[in-house]
Amino acid sequence: MNDQNSKSHWRASLRLTGILLVFWFILGYVAPILCRDWLDANFPAVGTAPFGFWVAQQGSIIGFVVILVIYAICMNRTDKKHGYTEED
Amino acid sequence: MEIAQSTLNLIFIGASFAVYIVIAARSRAASTKEYYVAGGGVSPLANGMATAADWMSAATFISMAGAVAISGYDASRFLMGWTGGFVLLTMLMVPFLRKFNKATVPDFIGDRYYSRTARAVAVVCAIFICMTYIMGQMRGVGVVFSQLFGISIPSGVISGAVIVFIYAGLGGMKGITYTQVAQYSVMAFSYTIPAVFIAMALTGNVVPQLGLIGNYTADGTAVPFLAKLNAINAELGFAEYTSGKLSTINMFCITAALMCGTAGLPHVIVRFFTVKDVKAVRKSACWTLGFIAVIYLTAPTIGAFSRVNLIEKLHQTTYTEAPYWFKEFEKTGQMAWVDKNNDGRIQYFGPGKSEAGTFSVFQGKAPEYPLYDAPEEQRIGVHGQRLLANKADLSNPNELYFGNDIMVMANPYMAGLPPWVIALLMAGCIAAALSTAAGLLLVLSTSISHDLMKKIIKPDLTDKEEVNFARLASFAALVVAAYFGVNPPSAFIAKTVAFAFGLAASSFFPTLLMGIFSSRVNRVGGIAGMVCGILFTSSYIVYFQFLGGTKEQLLFGITPEGIGFVGMLLNFIVAFAVSNMTKPPPAYITEMVSNIRTPSGVRKTPPADFEI
Repeated sequence: MNDQNSKSHWRASLRLTGILLVFWFILGYVAPILCRDWLDANFPAVGTAPFGFWVAQQGSIIGFVVILVIYAICMNRTDKKHGYTEED
Repeated sequence: MEIAQSTLNLIFIGASFAVYIVIAARSRAASTKEYYVAGGGVSPLANGMATAADWMSAATFISMAGAVAISGYDASRFLMGWTGGFVLLTMLMVPFLRKFNKATVPDFIGDRYYSRTARAVAVVCAIFICMTYIMGQMRGVGVVFSQLFGISIPSGVISGAVIVFIYAGLGGMKGITYTQVAQYSVMAFSYTIPAVFIAMALTGNVVPQLGLIGNYTADGTAVPFLAKLNAINAELGFAEYTSGKLSTINMFCITAALMCGTAGLPHVIVRFFTVKDVKAVRKSACWTLGFIAVIYLTAPTIGAFSRVNLIEKLHQTTYTEAPYWFKEFEKTGQMAWVDKNNDGRIQYFGPGKSEAGTFSVFQGKAPEYPLYDAPEEQRIGVHGQRLLANKADLSNPNELYFGNDIMVMANPYMAGLPPWVIALLMAGCIAAALSTAAGLLLVLSTSISHDLMKKIIKPDLTDKEEVNFARLASFAALVVAAYFGVNPPSAFIAKTVAFAFGLAASSFFPTLLMGIFSSRVNRVGGIAGMVCGILFTSSYIVYFQFLGGTKEQLLFGITPEGIGFVGMLLNFIVAFAVSNMTKPPPAYITEMVSNIRTPSGVRKTPPADFEI
């Protein structure tokens, strides 16, 4: 593996990690804690639960799982593109 | 034919033990590689289940739903903190540490910061974190055993310790991985089945998670469930269920400390060393969080449903007509009733109903009872209730005491579920405690045998001697843990949970993170950061938990639970500042860092040794 290849692989994985961490921050902090009251008042209720409260108790957890699935799929694809995939 | 509850409990727990021991015996470890990382060939799915079981402790399993029930929105910090941490763990930690291909977390810190001091600091942290945790687990096993088999708590703790030693101490990582898979299955079923039934009873919805955001239908009308809960809370003098009491900054810091702490817990990190390559690590992390989410999404539903059920079944009910299970839990001391107004009815009120703003039933933290040979009128009240030795707290009208564990433990009773569900729940509690204890024990023993003995004290240890040392160390660790399980420094344990997470958040997490993502941070910087983070966090916690610091002195109103986050920031700042003032790390470290960022080659290349 040449140096150029590993550098561009590292950049790609940093970019993906960064983007997903933004979503992680929104799901874990912005929506349920920092902007919770505003969301409760201005966003549609989920079922009968206020939006911010729902994110704090259910939405964030579901979102975290989704983030990890996206991460696994995208990273495995990036690895493949850069020739880092190993055959089983 | 009616089988007694106690017999059923015995059958379920006995059967589950038989399964664990058989699995452990079949997968006994022979080499250090098998002992530490199960040979490195566990499937992502199996490792996901095992990690989930390892992660969820007895306290999570038994008490978290109760914490949600009592504090509503505020308890979201646990729900989010202990799941969101896995996002950090997966994206920032484990793929790289797996690529590094060593057996323990202090291994990485020692090599990356090319320093024995760094390794020693890491070993001490790992031992402290694991020891704090395992004490609570042993106590939990002891309490459940003593209730089930009618033995004393010390004998319960010791029998638990023997079982853990048999399959964790002897079987190593390979032994515990497959037993944890079985334990997760027991936990998941025993946790969700009662939730489904109670959801159907209260909301007419089969999926508890939908029930929570649906309507309350038990009395024929359809009102939003959370509105119903808010109304009940308001009527009884509690804060609204969906409102929060913690300040925003405190809530933020606690959640962040729990997340970063989770991502830095050594016993969770090492679980990912057992799969075959980096790709499998990522897959396994998805499974892990998925399995954890099953329990964590159910906890708030159990909390909310049980709270409504409990209040409806007990509030304003006369003691003589109270359901049978109330008397059962009264016997074990998990619930208690003090008839303050002598009307023979059980009343449950919150802090809003008294001028004092309190709702404690009696003076003191836990119920205490007169000795068994005390005269009968001191032990049994006029309605037949069990009397307490504690003085009643007459500053408020609340008469009903229950612990956090009641929401889970009494749930199947309240929902009127058959005895086998209760037996399954008991088996689940024990599985939760045993699986966590086993995982912690492994980290403890490897920290001592590998990081302390092999790498620092006696480098010429052979592979076989090292495994024997690990077994010996796990035995010693268990003896200490069992001792504290028998004689719990009880106030201490509750307070040290903040310690474990704070320490992990302010030491392991930032140090590992910088080790992976920066090739500039050097030995001096790494050590200085770690030491500052730990010192700041631990002195803050010690000051406010043990030396009587007052609320007004809190830094920005951040409680000790959340201070690990500030300690983490401090660690980052100090490490970068010091590193930039001193010379960069040697070339082979830079090369090692770029090597761990490349995901391929875990299986082909044996780990390079950077001896110092």
